[in-house]
Amino acid sequence: MGQTISEKIISNHVGRKVYAGELVISEVDGCMASDTTGPLTIKAFREMGGKKVFDPNKSALIIDHAAPSPNERIANLHKMMRDFAKEQGMRLFEIGEGICHQVMVENEYVKPGDIFIGADSHTPTYGALNAFACGVGSTDLAATMMTGKIWLKVPQTIQINCSGRLQEGVTAKDLILFLVGKVTVSGATYQAIEFTGEAFEDLSLASRMTIANMSSEMGAKTGIVHPRGLELDYDFEAITPDEDAHYIKTFDFDVSGLEPQVSAPESPDNVHNISNYEGTKINYAFIGTCCNGRLEDLDIAAEILKGKKIHPDVRMVIAPASQSVLLDAMGNGTMQTLIEAGASLITSGCGPCVGTHQGVPADGEVVISAANRNFRGRMGNPNSNIYLGAPSTVAASALEGQIVNPKKYLV
Amino acid sequence: MSGVQTTIKAKAHAYGDHIDTDRIIPGKYTKTLDLSTLANHVLEDLDPNFNKIVKQGDVLVAGINFGCGSSREQAPLALKQAGVSVVIAKDFARIFFRNAINIGLPVLEIADHNIQKGAELDIDLKEGIVKDLTAEVTYTATKLPDIMIDILGEGGLVNYLTKHGNYSL
Repeated sequence: MGQTISEKIISNHVGRKVYAGELVISEVDGCMASDTTGPLTIKAFREMGGKKVFDPNKSALIIDHAAPSPNERIANLHKMMRDFAKEQGMRLFEIGEGICHQVMVENEYVKPGDIFIGADSHTPTYGALNAFACGVGSTDLAATMMTGKIWLKVPQTIQINCSGRLQEGVTAKDLILFLVGKVTVSGATYQAIEFTGEAFEDLSLASRMTIANMSSEMGAKTGIVHPRGLELDYDFEAITPDEDAHYIKTFDFDVSGLEPQVSAPESPDNVHNISNYEGTKINYAFIGTCCNGRLEDLDIAAEILKGKKIHPDVRMVIAPASQSVLLDAMGNGTMQTLIEAGASLITSGCGPCVGTHQGVPADGEVVISAANRNFRGRMGNPNSNIYLGAPSTVAASALEGQIVNPKKYLV
Repeated sequence: MSGVQTTIKAKAHAYGDHIDTDRIIPGKYTKTLDLSTLANHVLEDLDPNFNKIVKQGDVLVAGINFGCGSSREQAPLALKQAGVSVVIAKDFARIFFRNAINIGLPVLEIADHNIQKGAELDIDLKEGIVKDLTAEVTYTATKLPDIMIDILGEGGLVNYLTKHGNYSL
């Protein structure tokens, strides 16, 4: 019987053919925790009798959610992480090195065919790399760090097949917002997603990360982009599904006519064509996050903002996904363009997306954000409203002070 | 089950669908090891009165996709710390579901429940039976995978691994 990508990857790890519904205990190829989940992970690791992490080269801690520390309480949690990493001989990614998912990919902690467990819900991002990656909480992660294993129910897989190629001025973010709108925030709960079809084939690794990243906004355990067209700096063996693999559900969309998409408050699946929201006044524009803080995202914003100034009633915050992205954006002039246009650069990391610091919106304010979540209170104030869109939409909206279709600046 | 109380008689606090972890405990409060501060802010963006009205042992009842969003284990910890003894939902987001079991907070999935705010419930956790004494309806929860029954039976994953040293199926 044929297998999906997830079934194949898990089978390769457990040494026998397994299918959806089976419970397995699998070895993992890597694991990580951030400063939201890491301190509780360390506490649980100690409580369960952990002495040494299973492999210091396959375990990492990243300070990205509240970096640099905004207060003494968080400063002490960061210190706890630094001390633990030093004790264990494992790498700790310091403030400003970047967002956990970005630095895991850049530093090759995760590769095609791997099983990777992260104490962050956007861990499925690595599905861009043809890996099986799941988010867990702190105690699960502590157990993985101690044992090198995870228990899993082999998930059923939903296939999302997108034919047609995206029009110019329409990006991977528009595509994934559209798909979240169709599948809904609970449409893939407990299940894996396979993204397949023409629309994904010519996407860059960064765009594939944007796609896989928002699998979690559909409730999925993991979301894997078909590796056709995937280009990496190293050789790899792609895991592809069998022709007779069993899918619990298949969605077919022709996305050749897709328009830019916007997710309105206060759920990521409240998605409509941008025309529904054009003219909505905004106060605050944000580009960054594990969803859309990569070089191509900053570049497209710079293309729109070059030689112009953002609207006087708007403030704009940029958080590059990593130090490496920041250096590239400095090297190619993008950062200069964005700052000259009036954007404010903050430390590489999660920034205001998680509502802890670095740009909390005021009561009644409207945010246009390139992030992946717009739940009530997400950015730290329950009395503000968050619209999600592509970096191109964020940049064009910052320019005009209202939500606008960015296509006119791009085509 | 040795680690958790297996029969519970308590009052229901009922809310709707898709209650995300940002609403259970906002991100700005998550970065702490002091669990009492979590309890002070539990569900505050959903129902600012919740932490004043919840009593030790009460049951939280919700619709579909409870606990979607972030992987923060602070969400079930905040509920447990506030006194919630069990969460009943039509279904759960997967990370929240695992986290709750891992920290020893029982979760029951009952797809067709119609439990209302204020209902008196009589719950047998071991059998997964929930009697709504107010509406006079009895529900049976979806059975947990065996490994989750074992983890919950020990009161959570820390106790489970302390006892067993490793996972076993």
